[in-house]
Amino acid sequence: MSWTGKILRVNLTEGSVNAEPLNMDWAQQYLGQRGLASKYLVEETDPKCDPLGPDNKMIMATGPLTGTIAATGGRYSVVTKSPLTNCIACSNSGGFIGAEMKHAGWDMIIFEGKSPSPVYLYVEDDHAELVDASDIWGTSVWHTDEWLHNRYQDPLLRISAVGRSAESGCLYAGIINDLHRAAGRSGVGTVMASKNLKAVAVRGTLGVGNIKDPARFMQVVNENKAILAENSVTGQGLPTYGTQVLMNVINEIGALPTKNMQEVQFDGAHDISGEAMHEPRKSDGKPNLTTNAACFGCTIACGRISTIDKGHFTVENKAKYWGNSGGLEYEAAWALGADTEVNDLDALTYANFLCNEDGYDPITFGATVAAAMELYEMGVITDEQTGGVAFNFGSAEALAKAAEWVATGEGFGKELALGSKRLCEKYGHPELSLTVKGQEFPAYDPRGIQGIGLNYVTSNRGACHVRGYTVASEVLGVPVKTDPLETEGKPELVKAFQDATAAVDSSGLCLFTTFAWDMTNIALQLDAACEGDWTPEKLVELGERVWNMERQYNMQAGVTKADDTLPERLKSEAGAARTGPAKGRYSQVEKMLPEYYEKRGWNEDGVPTDETLNRLGL
Amino acid sequence: MQKALLIDPDKCTGCLQCELACSYEHEGVFNPSKSRIRVFTFHQEGRFVPYTCTQCAEAWCQQACPVDAITLNSETGAKDVNDSACVGCKVCTIACPFGTVNYNHSTGKVIKCDLCGGDPKCVSACPTQVIVYVDADQTGYEKMRQWAKQTDNSPAASA
Repeated sequence: MSWTGKILRVNLTEGSVNAEPLNMDWAQQYLGQRGLASKYLVEETDPKCDPLGPDNKMIMATGPLTGTIAATGGRYSVVTKSPLTNCIACSNSGGFIGAEMKHAGWDMIIFEGKSPSPVYLYVEDDHAELVDASDIWGTSVWHTDEWLHNRYQDPLLRISAVGRSAESGCLYAGIINDLHRAAGRSGVGTVMASKNLKAVAVRGTLGVGNIKDPARFMQVVNENKAILAENSVTGQGLPTYGTQVLMNVINEIGALPTKNMQEVQFDGAHDISGEAMHEPRKSDGKPNLTTNAACFGCTIACGRISTIDKGHFTVENKAKYWGNSGGLEYEAAWALGADTEVNDLDALTYANFLCNEDGYDPITFGATVAAAMELYEMGVITDEQTGGVAFNFGSAEALAKAAEWVATGEGFGKELALGSKRLCEKYGHPELSLTVKGQEFPAYDPRGIQGIGLNYVTSNRGACHVRGYTVASEVLGVPVKTDPLETEGKPELVKAFQDATAAVDSSGLCLFTTFAWDMTNIALQLDAACEGDWTPEKLVELGERVWNMERQYNMQAGVTKADDTLPERLKSEAGAARTGPAKGRYSQVEKMLPEYYEKRGWNEDGVPTDETLNRLGL
Repeated sequence: MQKALLIDPDKCTGCLQCELACSYEHEGVFNPSKSRIRVFTFHQEGRFVPYTCTQCAEAWCQQACPVDAITLNSETGAKDVNDSACVGCKVCTIACPFGTVNYNHSTGKVIKCDLCGGDPKCVSACPTQVIVYVDADQTGYEKMRQWAKQTDNSPAASA
């Protein structure tokens, strides 16, 4: 069956912890993780609720393949209403805790209400309890992790926690698991901290033993592992360079947003690239990258494990940052680097370490620093706000300081911690916030890659690349190459990517497998493992159902067609790309949007029609 | 030819595929806590190290067992635990200097690597060929080959 069939419901207001059966009808329609948890959220909460109030719920959910031997089967999702976007949020993470939850016998943990005082949840198989967290409240994720391992004398405990940024109200705080994996975007950690929930510690010894057809499952899993190994992206590019394989590629095609998205190419791109992470540092002769690392069950192993030069200004006399930890991935390297024009690899790694240590999203953080730098260079933000730190583009010192401030919520960090939308509004320049629905862009410029711009404006969690990664097609040629500068055919492409992604995000598998796998590969593994007939068509329809359900939630929360838009800088001639292959181009998103609505079966205001809702069983 | 497991931790990514394959083969469940091979993460050092039984020739576990439940499988060279004989006294877990024999509380027996009867599943599951199954008398062969490749015969090398 592959679901455990059990949910853990934690009422923080009452301090109660109860088991209940999983709704198996919903599991057939929404699978797991993103889809199934969103269904529970939609059914159980009011879309108009205050994201940081007790009426919001936060759901940690595994997928049916989480915890199995299927390659990358270690994913879990955190679903809640976002305080950054006021939309539905689903943040996805790898690492090991998702599989541990499953091995402890739980498909999902639903957190509701708000604890009167800080607590953490301890789960050991069937046993679950809320425990006083006053000793770890006010400390970092890394400290919390160490404290819990010591407290239980159990090296095999897996931990998700929020850091000081979340506690101090940073609106883009994530939930960090296994020290450096993150359910990173949209402020899901902020919601967790608002409930006075510091951490979730899980130990599972039951495993997954209810595969529908074990022999067939092992066979298809092995066949699909071979496909990942033989594919140039999943077999070579990602293990060798991680997602950072993209830095030079995207810069060359003129789609690397730079200097708060004023430019589309960065002179220092190579200095912060995946290739540079392999090169010996001038200072100590060691490369930034120590090794690649895998999440649970992953045969790709794109993760980066890095060090910072002990003599680097950011870590001088700070021995706790001298060891190895989670290194730069492409989105983080872009936001912390290209968007701020900082080309100091170790400074970016330091900021990335702090993002993990105290749990905040490096994409939104980096982009907010970039916006602050632009405001500083305009003279709108001054030394008075920054405490005398020169906040110019290219300043590694400013980046490092900003990271330290946001980690703990001190000084100017309080303003940076609210994201670029609120920062730029406060200083009278809302146009300088490069966001959709309040969430900052990731590392692909919609002036140079047209389809991804349409995905950004329609993404249900605000600007995001992993809702519909058309970059695969427009840049890498997967599954077929399309012209990144063309708009024709993009509405259909975006929809296809979005629907497929929603299904993958509900399965327990990692989206990165889709560089090599299509829906058939995934359906075969699901069908061997899970009750029900799982076909590629059923999966795509399930993805579309999830997408429309999220859209409905957002519209009930107050989103309108007017929110499906890009900042002026990206969609007007005045902001057109000034260099590279996309020179003179700007996003044609407004031209593509009506066709997208039509392909989706939505009316001209972007509202799903009754016919569409009926077709999808919504 | 008798074969042995050979582990090269430098290439390990810590994915736990070996643990999942092992627990599935022996217990019919994907469950690292029931695996005979374990991967250790050394976070500060950025290293992952798989570790399991080396099948000692004079096995302490075998000698310590009071009911002769651990016997030599002459085909594979593995020291196998005979479940019907094992009484779960755990003396072997104390005798093993490497910690690779462990008690399974759900069955009341001890578990250790048995080389899957000559087809170790951790080997086929490992995506990076960290764990290989090679001639037991030539476990150093590949390492020798790597060093041999670096041998420099030019006179300058000996100068």
